[in-house]
Amino acid sequence: MQATSHAFKANAHRALGNPDLQRAMGMMRTGFPAHRAKAIARLPEFDALRDDGIAIKNHVLANLDFYLETFEKNVIAQGGEVHWCRNAAEARETVLAICRAHDAKTVTKGKSMIGEEIAINDFLEANAITPVETDLGEYIVQIRHETPSHIIAPAVHLVKEQVAESFRDAHKDLPRERALEEPRVLCDEARAVLREKFLAADVGITGANFLVAETGSSIIVTNEGNGDLTQTLPKCHIVLASLEKIVPTLEDASTLLRLLARSATGQEFSTYTTVSTGPRRAGDSDGPEAYHVVLLDNGRTALLGGEFQDMLRCIRCAACLNHCPVYAAIGGHAYGWVYSGPMGAVLTPTLIGIEEAGNLPNASTFCGRCESVCPMRIPLPKMMRQWREREFSKHLAPKAQRWGLALWAFLVQRPALYRLASNAASRALAYFGGARGRFRSLPLASGWTDMRDMPAPQGKSFMTLWAERRGRAERSMTPP
Amino acid sequence: MAAIPHRVGLFVTCLVDLFRPAVGFAAVKLLEEAGCTVEVPALQTCCGQPAYNGGDRADAKAIARQVIAAFAGFDYVVVPSGSCGGMIKIHYPALFADEPALAEEAKALAARTYELVSFLTDVLNLTQVAASYSGTATYHDACSGLRELNVKAQPRRLLASVVGLALKEMATPEVCCGFGGTFCVKYPEISDKMVADKVADIAATGADTLLCGDMGCLLNMAGKLSRLGKPVRVRHVAEILADMTDAVPPLGVAAPAPRKDER
Repeated sequence: MQATSHAFKANAHRALGNPDLQRAMGMMRTGFPAHRAKAIARLPEFDALRDDGIAIKNHVLANLDFYLETFEKNVIAQGGEVHWCRNAAEARETVLAICRAHDAKTVTKGKSMIGEEIAINDFLEANAITPVETDLGEYIVQIRHETPSHIIAPAVHLVKEQVAESFRDAHKDLPRERALEEPRVLCDEARAVLREKFLAADVGITGANFLVAETGSSIIVTNEGNGDLTQTLPKCHIVLASLEKIVPTLEDASTLLRLLARSATGQEFSTYTTVSTGPRRAGDSDGPEAYHVVLLDNGRTALLGGEFQDMLRCIRCAACLNHCPVYAAIGGHAYGWVYSGPMGAVLTPTLIGIEEAGNLPNASTFCGRCESVCPMRIPLPKMMRQWREREFSKHLAPKAQRWGLALWAFLVQRPALYRLASNAASRALAYFGGARGRFRSLPLASGWTDMRDMPAPQGKSFMTLWAERRGRAERSMTPP
Repeated sequence: MAAIPHRVGLFVTCLVDLFRPAVGFAAVKLLEEAGCTVEVPALQTCCGQPAYNGGDRADAKAIARQVIAAFAGFDYVVVPSGSCGGMIKIHYPALFADEPALAEEAKALAARTYELVSFLTDVLNLTQVAASYSGTATYHDACSGLRELNVKAQPRRLLASVVGLALKEMATPEVCCGFGGTFCVKYPEISDKMVADKVADIAATGADTLLCGDMGCLLNMAGKLSRLGKPVRVRHVAEILADMTDAVPPLGVAAPAPRKDER
């Protein structure tokens, strides 16, 4: 996927002017937080569960090599294979080789953000293999030739009328008179089309929410059951996973699953939690003949031991997106690459570079709502600030911004000079704005006054008035 | 009350100093009425947040050292802002994590530093104020005060004792108003969308007054309310609690011109 993160401001501008997008975001802004709040209110030990989950992830990150090797050993013992891929290109080639070995024409896909990260769909298409997304949201985005705008709700940027229109465009045999505006009808239509694809697919690709070291299993959660059909019907199941998805035991996975669903959709548990362990065994009633795990690093091991390591605790619940006022204002596509919202603002620069993605960690008010809802307590604002520090030391910020900051920093470290300047400013502003009490425009402050008025200062600064008051008090105490 | 009054250093904050001295005087009045002696160190300017959040760690540290020096020796340091209070209380110790000697000083200052309303209630155990105000107010929870310093119930508790004041909650008082320091000028369109949503939430309550404990957020919301022509009176919560609303008009409203016979 060609990143447009450098054009974040222009992307955001378009998003703010898109009425459909704004209508869709207006609905998600209230929905997700309310559901999460309710689910957490029903679980008094949620915070204790968070601490358990964090301890699991921190332990894994400190012993990643051990658990990954244990995982591989157990996958092999179950008759599967693990493919270690350093980067996106290696992962794509690995997937293609497996598909070719199975002479694949059609590949069904469950939802996978690693699939987006390595842009597997475009690559398979370029190699004459047809990928079919089977998650409803992903399917909608695919027929619209878009990318997901949210890590768990790929089509959250759309309203149902847009979806109906896309279905009419993609499903040519639909009778014109058939109503498609109701979500239930859309679901049935997608289901009818996808059922054929499930049966025809040669390979099924899914992501993984967790990889379990002790059993060599991969786990996915879905609400539609599409993942099960994707991975059990074809001859071959490929799991795409980044290596920090590993947990030591099934018990650990269940702790994290309890956090995941509540943080994500406000469910106590997802509708389907599917554990896959190796290919079909003798006596199994269904399942694929081959089971492959494509294990992707793509820069993650470079984060170990560094200031961004905590980001590897992320379980992709999207609570940070769902509670972010910036995300709610502009949607996910404006971020310009696979991951959006606060987790994207931290992760994207590690994957595609701070030069490309510099806007992302800057476009935050540091309101802290993301960190407060993160089940893994990832210090997202702190890490966005760390990116800003790297940018500052590389002089990546715009010149006007850097010089403004430098002048201000010079003044505030010289209180007497600062006092002169601030007094002059407050008195001048009060003089020119005092009659109305506010400014409708101000030179050098159009970023502010294009959108809102600037209330005028009272007049003299506090420090001046305070000094005057002290002076009066001392004079009145002096005996005549 | 302690026999020896608490010696409090007031950290005025740069926005109160520049835009709204009345908030500083309201803080002084509240603290003095609660039995504290208040001093205002002359060597203070700003807490350094613009540098810190702009990635300029060296300047942020230099400014923090200046604040640490200016406020040495006080029993408490009180700040009429959750944002600047959070900077001193939470972020100064983090800033000096790699300089143990200064980290100790930063931690000592952090332990003595409080946001104004939190100090009045959590430290001085104030449960009511002697103030009156005619109107219905809605209260915006500024982000840093709320999430870094746990300021949520304290202002509401004190406001409940203000005679004539009714409180009406907006739907999402904990959602950011879009100010965010330099964010509002770096990303003005996104900031505008956020403050427009906030202002719609405020207007939906029907309240005639908006209160909050942070000048940055107040300037932002007051500016948007007046641009949209919404007649909501915007004030820092300290002005109401100190019963000083007669001293200064609401934010963004001109002071009445003095009548000739008063000159």
